[in-house]
Amino acid sequence: MDIFLQQLINGLVLGSVYALVALGYTMVYGILELINFAHGEITMMGAMVSLAVIGALALAAPGLPGVLILGAGLAVAIPVCMALGLLIERVAYRPLRHAPRLAPLITAIGVSIILQNIAMLIWGKQYIPFPAILPQGRHEILGASISDTQIAILVLAVLIMLTLILVVQKTRLGRAMRATAQSRQVASLMGVDVNRVIASTFVIGSALAAVAGVMVSAYYGLAHYYMGFLLGLKAFSAAVLGGIGNLGGAMLGGLLLGLIESFGAGYIGDLTGGFLGSHYQDVFAFFVLIAVLVFRPSGLLGARVVERA
Amino acid sequence: MTGHTLGWVVVAAALVAGCGDKPQQNGDNQVVLIGQVSPLTGPQAHLGKDNENGARLALDEINAAGLTLGGKKVVLELKSEDDAADPKTATTVAQKLVDEGVIGVIGHLNSGATIPASKIYSDNAIPQISPSATAVAYTASGFKTAYRVMTNDAQQGSVLGNYAVTKLGAKKIAIIDDRTAYGQGLADEVEKAAKAAGGEVVAREYTSDRSTDFMAILTSIKGKAPDLVFFGGMDPQAAPMIKQMKQLGMQAKFLGGDGAQTPKLIELAGADAEGALASNPGLPLDAMPGGSAFKAKFEAKYGKIQNYSPYAYDAMHVMIDAMKRADSSDPAKYLAELPKTDYQGVTGRIRFDARGDITGGAVTLYQVKDGKWQTLETVQSGK
Repeated sequence: MDIFLQQLINGLVLGSVYALVALGYTMVYGILELINFAHGEITMMGAMVSLAVIGALALAAPGLPGVLILGAGLAVAIPVCMALGLLIERVAYRPLRHAPRLAPLITAIGVSIILQNIAMLIWGKQYIPFPAILPQGRHEILGASISDTQIAILVLAVLIMLTLILVVQKTRLGRAMRATAQSRQVASLMGVDVNRVIASTFVIGSALAAVAGVMVSAYYGLAHYYMGFLLGLKAFSAAVLGGIGNLGGAMLGGLLLGLIESFGAGYIGDLTGGFLGSHYQDVFAFFVLIAVLVFRPSGLLGARVVERA
Repeated sequence: MTGHTLGWVVVAAALVAGCGDKPQQNGDNQVVLIGQVSPLTGPQAHLGKDNENGARLALDEINAAGLTLGGKKVVLELKSEDDAADPKTATTVAQKLVDEGVIGVIGHLNSGATIPASKIYSDNAIPQISPSATAVAYTASGFKTAYRVMTNDAQQGSVLGNYAVTKLGAKKIAIIDDRTAYGQGLADEVEKAAKAAGGEVVAREYTSDRSTDFMAILTSIKGKAPDLVFFGGMDPQAAPMIKQMKQLGMQAKFLGGDGAQTPKLIELAGADAEGALASNPGLPLDAMPGGSAFKAKFEAKYGKIQNYSPYAYDAMHVMIDAMKRADSSDPAKYLAELPKTDYQGVTGRIRFDARGDITGGAVTLYQVKDGKWQTLETVQSGK
């Protein structure tokens, strides 16, 4: 039971990070039907920028409480990532909005490679350690262990997701986003500034990515210019699993993927009597993805057209 | 049409063949190209750059001292390539180096990259000395051109497995590897040696060389209550693994191989690294015959030593030493001299056995104490 509970915690923490990143993919897809492959790299940029700030602050003012330093890191990383998202949309996607769908996909991959290399030039090829500024508290619940960092990630992820749902459902901007997702032409005829809505989508998605980037680097204790690639791929899979274009789907998909990976890696060896080991973790996760897509091609919550935002 | 195309193909082929095939002349000096391959991008770029710097330091020294072969003054030039620790890229860059006309190669860093590349060097009769590839399979292929100056995994793994059971008193052992030729090879040897010494392997788990999340497999391992967790892999994985073991409240000791015994591991794992154990083939830097001198020279130019640069440095010297004895930079001639190598390098006395492995490789065990790797003891691997 304690092992089961521990795997549940592992999966939920991992899954909530996936979900935050997956939201960025799904929002852009919902509105533009574009897979923004550079999104994983924005997560990486968020981690790197915040680490640069945190590292500098931890050196300059060692007495400062860790949470304050972390907050400062976030306060810099979020606007930087927002600006980056805005810039990418303006330079790489807007000029291609009426081009065949393959063209923006290719620029997306191009942007992702450019961002990786920029990060490599600025921060080098080294793994960058996350300074030990956070309290390393650990709590035992029914034999399972959960750390302060894990609790913070879970709480923060849930709060952010609730806020996002509120924004999309209750605000003017949210209504404009939903309208644009349904039909760009009609929305613009109704007086919605479509370019502004699309830009806002990128900005919001990038802010979420920045937070996720900081979470990942704080959780694993390191950041690296290459970290966005695998994270982006997993989050994208999570978005597809939940039904790409659907906000709730991205959250569900992210959590599910985290849980599947966690339980898959933890139990697959014992369940198959050692025949399949934990190196089948990813195979197992993607097998579930394929199985879901075979029976529900638009993902778990992938409603058609309506309700995407 | 066909005739035309064929004509161009012939011209192009002639041009390609003309390029770099012959040693280039630079005034009276003959320029000789030596290849260096390691991952210069990707997760292990810090280790790759370290190797490149080690090889470059040796090469610069030899050039500065002046090298004369066959009555001609020779200037060495380093052609450094990036294999990204990827077996496929490794063969591409190996072929590129061969096409550019290198007469020897120092590399590659990873066993997984070194093994497929060794076939290309062997086919083209280009001698290769790896400073850090430790997988048994590298020299077991029987290629005459394949050498290494590093203790291999069979030697290191048997020392580690035996040490875990007899010296560290671990009865139940969990083993994780990163599914690379290096990680898996080392883990297999540890498993064999640990069982032979009377230990019980309670879990065998796997991850990849790109992962940072090990919570799931560690949780599963925790359920089997091992005394010790052995990880076959590199520091970017070992550091978060150690942190996550602490996070899960695991009491088991952590033991790693040479991929984990780096300054970067302590930097990345911070206070959690305290007590972690790892081995490194060969002697510790300060116990190496030329260690302190090398450290001073290297750090003045390139900063902190990561891990294998003394070996890359020695590998370069061993190769040039063979050329000096053959009085030629012709691969066919100096390759015949390599088996007779008896070179006193920074890392110790270097001699090769019939397969190209270093003889009597030492393995040193280290433990993190007060935020530093402290030497526990050096164990001579059995013959």
